[in-house]
Amino acid sequence: MADSQFDLIVIGGGPGGYVAAIRASQLGMKTAVVEREHLGGICLNWGCIPTKALLRTSDIYHLFQRAEEFGLKAEKVSFDIEAIVKRSRKVAGRLSGGVGGLLKKNKVTVIDGEAKLEKGSKAPKVVVKGKDGKSATYEAKHVILATGARARTIPAAGLEPDGKTIWTYKEAMVPEAMPASILVIGSGAIGMEFASFYSTLGAKVTVVEMVDRILPAEDEEISQFAKKSFEKQGLKIITKAQVEKLETGKAGAKATIKVDGKSEVIEVEKVILAIGITGNVENLGLEALGVKIERGHVVTDGYGATGVSGLYAIGDVTGAPWLAHKASHEGVICVEKIAGLDVHPMDKSNIPGCTYCHPQIASVGLTEAKAKEAGHEVRVGRFPFVGNGKAIALGEDQGLIKTVFDKKTGELLGAHMIGAEVTELIQGYVVARQLETTEAELMHTIFAHPTLSEMMHESVLDAYGRALHY
Amino acid sequence: MTVEVLMPALSPTMEEGTLSRWLVKEGDEVKSGDVIAEIETDKATMEVEAVDEGRVGKILVEEGSEGVKVNAVIAVLLEEGEDESALKDAGKAKKESKSSDEPSESKKNGKDDGDDSDADEDADSAGKSTSGRSSKDAGKGKDPKRSSSKSDGSRLKASPLAKRMAQLEGLDLSDLEGSGPNGRIVKRDVEAALKGGAPKAAAKDAAPETKAAPAKSEPGKISVASLNLEEGTYEVVPLDGMRKTIARRMTASFRDVPHFPLNIDLELDALLKLRSELNAKAPEGVKVSVNDMLIRACALALTSVPESNASYTDEGLVLHKHADVAVAVAIDGGLITPVIKKAETKGLAKIASEMKDLAARARERKLKPEEFQGGTFSISNLGMMGIKSFASIINEPQGMILSIGAGEKRPVVKNDALAIATVMTVTLTCDHRVVDGAVGAKFLAALKPLVEDPVTMLL
Repeated sequence: MADSQFDLIVIGGGPGGYVAAIRASQLGMKTAVVEREHLGGICLNWGCIPTKALLRTSDIYHLFQRAEEFGLKAEKVSFDIEAIVKRSRKVAGRLSGGVGGLLKKNKVTVIDGEAKLEKGSKAPKVVVKGKDGKSATYEAKHVILATGARARTIPAAGLEPDGKTIWTYKEAMVPEAMPASILVIGSGAIGMEFASFYSTLGAKVTVVEMVDRILPAEDEEISQFAKKSFEKQGLKIITKAQVEKLETGKAGAKATIKVDGKSEVIEVEKVILAIGITGNVENLGLEALGVKIERGHVVTDGYGATGVSGLYAIGDVTGAPWLAHKASHEGVICVEKIAGLDVHPMDKSNIPGCTYCHPQIASVGLTEAKAKEAGHEVRVGRFPFVGNGKAIALGEDQGLIKTVFDKKTGELLGAHMIGAEVTELIQGYVVARQLETTEAELMHTIFAHPTLSEMMHESVLDAYGRALHY
Repeated sequence: MTVEVLMPALSPTMEEGTLSRWLVKEGDEVKSGDVIAEIETDKATMEVEAVDEGRVGKILVEEGSEGVKVNAVIAVLLEEGEDESALKDAGKAKKESKSSDEPSESKKNGKDDGDDSDADEDADSAGKSTSGRSSKDAGKGKDPKRSSSKSDGSRLKASPLAKRMAQLEGLDLSDLEGSGPNGRIVKRDVEAALKGGAPKAAAKDAAPETKAAPAKSEPGKISVASLNLEEGTYEVVPLDGMRKTIARRMTASFRDVPHFPLNIDLELDALLKLRSELNAKAPEGVKVSVNDMLIRACALALTSVPESNASYTDEGLVLHKHADVAVAVAIDGGLITPVIKKAETKGLAKIASEMKDLAARARERKLKPEEFQGGTFSISNLGMMGIKSFASIINEPQGMILSIGAGEKRPVVKNDALAIATVMTVTLTCDHRVVDGAVGAKFLAALKPLVEDPVTMLL
């Protein structure tokens, strides 16, 4: 079979896989992508994009309710959950089709089906079982696993989706009706985004979190700020809580939660499981090849190499942070390394993290606590949204921008933000970190007025006792 | 059009210098050839002449500025009919030329376009060995790629954080190879250097050996604090260019050159006698010194043992066709080695007058680079200071250096009887890679009769 010979086969067409394939093709490699379900992966179809579409609806709905504040009149505002979901699906569908077009434009062959690896000479062979049940074998000099990840479940504690009452992100994204009450288990980015969405649309939402604060990956101050904001919106947040039992009945679910040694029962209509992510490592033939798997994820070096000749892995299947942009970047690094370009392993401290709840949360680099833990003497700058003209004009005066600098070198160790549009702002600090600017360059940077970004400047100035507007 | 006055390169390898003095001020008229400034490098002070005529419109680099990069614009001349308004454009032009320079520089340094420039660089460093790169780069002679990346006077590319860290740690960034885009020095490079390891440059075409070689062999910087001295019990004299060069070159030589000494005693009575006879009959102003006679003797010995007049390179032994004898001259704050070129072709009177002129100008630091670079052999004489014998450190890339001790009356055995003779001990330090013991001995065996029967050197 002439067509079965490739320079590179990427298994998985998500943001890691399809980006890797496009980059490979740019570098002159004959490339194929194997996809079992839908191009664009979870990100486009069941993750980043459709949730942003949902959250856009809830944001607008929220603004409608504040109409009077802005001098507007909006009466009898209501929503149609079916139409909301429909829009979200349409957005996802449009982008998924876009990925197909991009791959075609870049002459990447798309192979539909489920891949399994077999021992090959230089790299494993890829056997693809098509939707028609027929198998074909493909060979390539290099194979990249980009199979992604899925929601983690703990069946022993009943933390397992049933698709009706107990949801994962996937069911939560396409509700048939608006539930009256929801329990969100896990307060990471996924949990908080759904909590925010459903709460805004009127559901009674309870979030339970095992550790002592929500959004545990974020800076503690941001976590506290977020908790207060959510509670003001009517969310119930229970930290240091463990779900002991989860039972489902006709009317919904009954969760037994243990907090401070006491058990508490919460009854809700729906439960959303957001207790982490586990890599899609099964049924790929990895064990037989000797691929090292730890805690549900493929172990790789800084360039994606698995240790098995010709086999690489990138993105969610290789572990945290489970972010599309991390996967894409890993894909590019891996492919460029294969092509012999001058590349460096990714600096994970330069991966921005964004959570699109209301208020938004964004961060890059070390939290204040982590910086201290790492032995840095720090200077911390803070600037609240109430001191920013644009924020006040927007009616978004609640938020905080926090910066953490190394006292000695002036390195921007981390930046942590909560408030309107911070997910769009964070990139300024990411660029600053990538270019290794110190406080001096940031202080001398001119920020446009009036913008929310001025707060980024002020936060830096504040770290050095020079804030101008607060 | 305004005319930019650029920082000149006083030698092919000069990268930066100190603009020590302006001899003109803004508004002065200058003609082509007028001396307008003085530049100081690690070894010499040079005058900068105006190449065009015009009026000094703006002086951009103040006098006393150190580390002025070669080809940096140091002043702008206005041509006839131009006034200060033209300076605005000049500034703009300067900026433009700067930014347009950058990509080409990065190509020179960078790895992406490696093939051509690498070939040039390799040829360059191999051809000159370390001599051409003497002043700055001798200490890193093993890594031609890295040293040449700066020898074109290119801007040091480093992130602000890398610069800050280097400044705090007293690290010289010019010693590092950047692993960022276009060779930019980034945090990880500084961290690697501070750890003592080579920067983890993942240059695609940098062969592993060129990567492994550099920083490791360069010892870490020594800080004053590391001496653990009590406050107030010392003062710190800043390192000037010459001191830095001596430190770098001697460290590199002592570390990298497998050197060994050979001693021999030379009787001087006949030479001293001939010298006084010559000087008695010499024309006014000519006075031949013992050192001048030794220069000639050495030159003749080098010519008669050509394999000893040699330099080591990885590509082959370089046999020099002329004896260019470098003579160490102590000057304020260090030493310098002016060279008597083709000394084997020059008579004693000529050597004496050249040496007198070179030594005088050396003390004023007015030697031109070509006058103190490129010798094939060195002489260091501490005899006048009563030193009996000593072994000098090889002056790379020369293969040998002769250390001359004091001439003194010593008991000697002549015809089985004790006698008195004026004897001096000389020590020849040889680079074993190019001069083996027997070759060094052969040179000394050729030198001895020339010194002890000095009439032969007059031939």
